[in-house]
Amino acid sequence: MSVRELSYAEAVREALAQAMEADERVFLMGEDIGVYGGAFQVTGDLVHRFGEDRVMDTPIAELGAAGVAVGAALAGSRPVFEFQFSDFATLAMEQIVNQAAKIRFMLGGKVSVPLVMRFPAGSGTGAAAQHSQSLDAWFAHVPGLKVVQPATPHDAKGLLLSAIDDPDPVMVFEHKLLYKMKGEVPEEAYRVPIGKALIRREGRHVTIVATAIMVHRALEAAEILSGEGIDVEVIDLRTLRPLDTQTIIESVKKTTRLACVYEGVKTLGIGAEISAMIAESEAFDYLDAPILRLGGAEAPIPYNPVLEKAAVPQTDGIIASVRRLVTGRI
Amino acid sequence: MTQAIKENPAVSNLRDFYRHFDNAALRDALRRMYLIRRFEEGAEEAYTRGLIHGTMHLSIGQEASAVGSCMDLRKTDYITSTHRGHGHCIAKGADPKLMFAEFFGKEEGYCRGRGGSMHIADVESGNLGANGIVGGGLPIAVGAALAIRKQKRDDVAVCFFGDGASNEGAFHEALNMAAIWKLPVLFICENNKYGMSVSTERSMAVKHVADRAPAYNMPGEIVDGNRIEDVSEAVMRATARARNGDGPSLIETKTYRIRGHSKSDRNRYRTKEEIEEWKARDPIGHFEANLEAFGILRKDEAEAIRTAAEAEIASGVEFAKGGTDPSPADLTRDVYTKGAA
Ligand SMILES: Cc1ncc(C[n+]2csc(CCOP(=O)(O)OP(=O)(O)O)c2C)c(N)n1
Ligand SMILES: [Mg+2]
Repeated sequence: MSVRELSYAEAVREALAQAMEADERVFLMGEDIGVYGGAFQVTGDLVHRFGEDRVMDTPIAELGAAGVAVGAALAGSRPVFEFQFSDFATLAMEQIVNQAAKIRFMLGGKVSVPLVMRFPAGSGTGAAAQHSQSLDAWFAHVPGLKVVQPATPHDAKGLLLSAIDDPDPVMVFEHKLLYKMKGEVPEEAYRVPIGKALIRREGRHVTIVATAIMVHRALEAAEILSGEGIDVEVIDLRTLRPLDTQTIIESVKKTTRLACVYEGVKTLGIGAEISAMIAESEAFDYLDAPILRLGGAEAPIPYNPVLEKAAVPQTDGIIASVRRLVTGRI
Repeated sequence: MTQAIKENPAVSNLRDFYRHFDNAALRDALRRMYLIRRFEEGAEEAYTRGLIHGTMHLSIGQEASAVGSCMDLRKTDYITSTHRGHGHCIAKGADPKLMFAEFFGKEEGYCRGRGGSMHIADVESGNLGANGIVGGGLPIAVGAALAIRKQKRDDVAVCFFGDGASNEGAFHEALNMAAIWKLPVLFICENNKYGMSVSTERSMAVKHVADRAPAYNMPGEIVDGNRIEDVSEAVMRATARARNGDGPSLIETKTYRIRGHSKSDRNRYRTKEEIEEWKARDPIGHFEANLEAFGILRKDEAEAIRTAAEAEIASGVEFAKGGTDPSPADLTRDVYTKGAA
C-alpha cells in the first residue's frame, strides 16, 4: 500500500475510521464531534460516514460523559472519547483516575477497561489559561493509565490504533499546534507500539528527550547546533507511561549529557521523572554535566502572545541552554 | 413633552418597566446596548484584521438579556459571567477602552493582558469574571452569595450561564446548594438554542432550562430574552425575593446569538433562515422603537446615542493600540498574592 502526506488531524481521523471499519465495537463520543466536525476538525466528516450512533455528540457534561465511556468499555464496547480541550478533562478526573484506571485492579483482574481518550493540549493559540495547559504528567502519575503523546502524523495514526487495540485505558495527548502539520502516513492500518521511544536524530554530545511539539523544536535546535560542531541526539519520548527507560539510558551512556524538554510546568513534570530515573540508573556514572530540564514556566499560560511564548520552551532557548550544557559557554 | 406622553393616563397599559425607570435610565439602557453591539463589531473587525489573537465569542443579538439583567443592580451586587461575556461586562459598568486594552494584551487592560476575551472582568464594578470553563461560574456565584449572607449584606449574586452549561453537573449541584441554603442568587440562563453546535433538543430531556427549577424548589421563569422589559421585570422580581431572604430564582431568557459560536464556526448546524428570523427580532431595534413610541426618545436623540457609541468604540481601539506591552520578566507575577513561587 502507498504512503501519502497527511496532516496530523487527517492521520488521527484515518485511524478512527479504520478502527471503526475493522471493529463494530468501536465508537466515538465527544462534544461537537458530529456535524461540527470537532473543535479542531479532527473527526471532520466521520459522522456522515458512520452515523450519529457511532459518532456521538454528548451534552456539555465531561464528568458524566467520561463515566458513560468507562461503563461502555467495561461492558464490551470500545469507546474513543474526545475532550474538546485537554483542560476540560479536569472536570472528568473522577471517572478517569478513580474509576477507569483502577476498576480492573480493584476487581481482582476480572475485568478490563478498553477506553481511549484523546486530549487536544498545549499553548500557542492565544486561548489563555484555561484552554492551553499541558497536563499529560498528571495522567502519567496514575498507575492503571497509559499515556502517549505522538509528535508526528505517522505516530498519531499508529499510536492511536495501538491505543484502540489496547485492553486498558490509554490517554492520547495531541498538541494543537501539530494538527496542521503534514507528514508521511502509510495507508494501511499499521501500529506504533506503546512504550517505545524513538531516536529521531543520532548524536554524540548530548541527548535531548522531548515530547510533542518540543520534539520539533529540539530537532530545529539540533540542526543549528550541528553548525557549531555540537552533535545532538534527539529522543522523541512518544509514551510517558510506561516509560521506555532503556532507550534513554543507552543514549545518555553514549552522549554523557541529558536535557529534557517539555511543555508542561517544569516542576514535578516528566523531566523530573526522567532525571531521577537516570540518576538511579547505571547511566549516572557516565554523566559529564548536570542534567538540564526545560519546561513550562511556574505560571498559568497568559493571553498576551509575547508572554505566552515566553511561558514555554522555544527553539532559541533550547539552543542557548544546550550549548551551555555542552560547552559551558553562553 | 416626552415626560408628558409617558405620564399620559391614555397610555395606561405602559409596562412597569417604563414606569420604574426614569427616562434618563431608559435612554442609558439603550446607550449600553449600542455600546455592546458596537464594541463587539469593533472587536470582530480588529480580530479579522489580525490585531487581536486567540478566539472570541460574540453576543450580538443577546444585548437585551445582559442590559436588562444588570439595569437595576447595584455596584456591590456581583455577577459571574461566561465565555460570551462582553455584554455582561459592559452592562455591569465596565469601560470599553479598558476591555479593548485587554484584548490587545496590554498592561492597561482589565486583566493586564493576562486574560483576554475569555477572562474579561471589571472587578471594581462587581464582575467576578468571565469564564473559559462552561458552568465554571455557577458554584462561584453561590459562594459569593454565601459570603454576602455571612457579611449580613442585602446584595445579590447574579450568575449568567448558557443552555449548554445547564447540562453540566456544576449547574445541578449549584442550584441545589443555593436552594437548601436559601442564598441570594439569580441564575440567569441565556438560552440561545445551542451549546456550540448542539441544539437544546438534542442535549436536554426537557424543553426549557426553567423546567429544571422545580427539582430545586425554586421559581423558574421563562422570558423573551430579546425584550429588555421582559428580562428586567423578571430580574427585579427575583432580586426583590433574594434581597428579602427568600432564596434563589432561575430565569431563562430565550435569545439567539447572531454570530457563530466562535471565530471558527462554519454554521453547519443551523439554517440561514433561522438566523434571518432572529435578526428580524433585534433587541435593540425593538427597544428603540418603543422608546420613540412612548415619547421617551426622539429620533435625533437615538442618532446621537449611536454616534456617541461609535466614537467611544473608535477611541477605545486607539487607546488600546497605544497601550503598554507586558514584560516577560513579569511572567510569574500574580500567580500568588505575594512574591513568586
Ligand atoms: C467544561 C467545558 N466544556 C466545553 C467547553 C467548550 N465550549 C465553550 S463554550 C461551549 C458552548 C457553551 O454553550 P452554552 O452554555 O449554551 O453557551 P453559549 O456558547 O451558547 O453562549 C463549549 C462546548 C468549555 N469551554 N468548557
Ligand atoms: Mg447556548
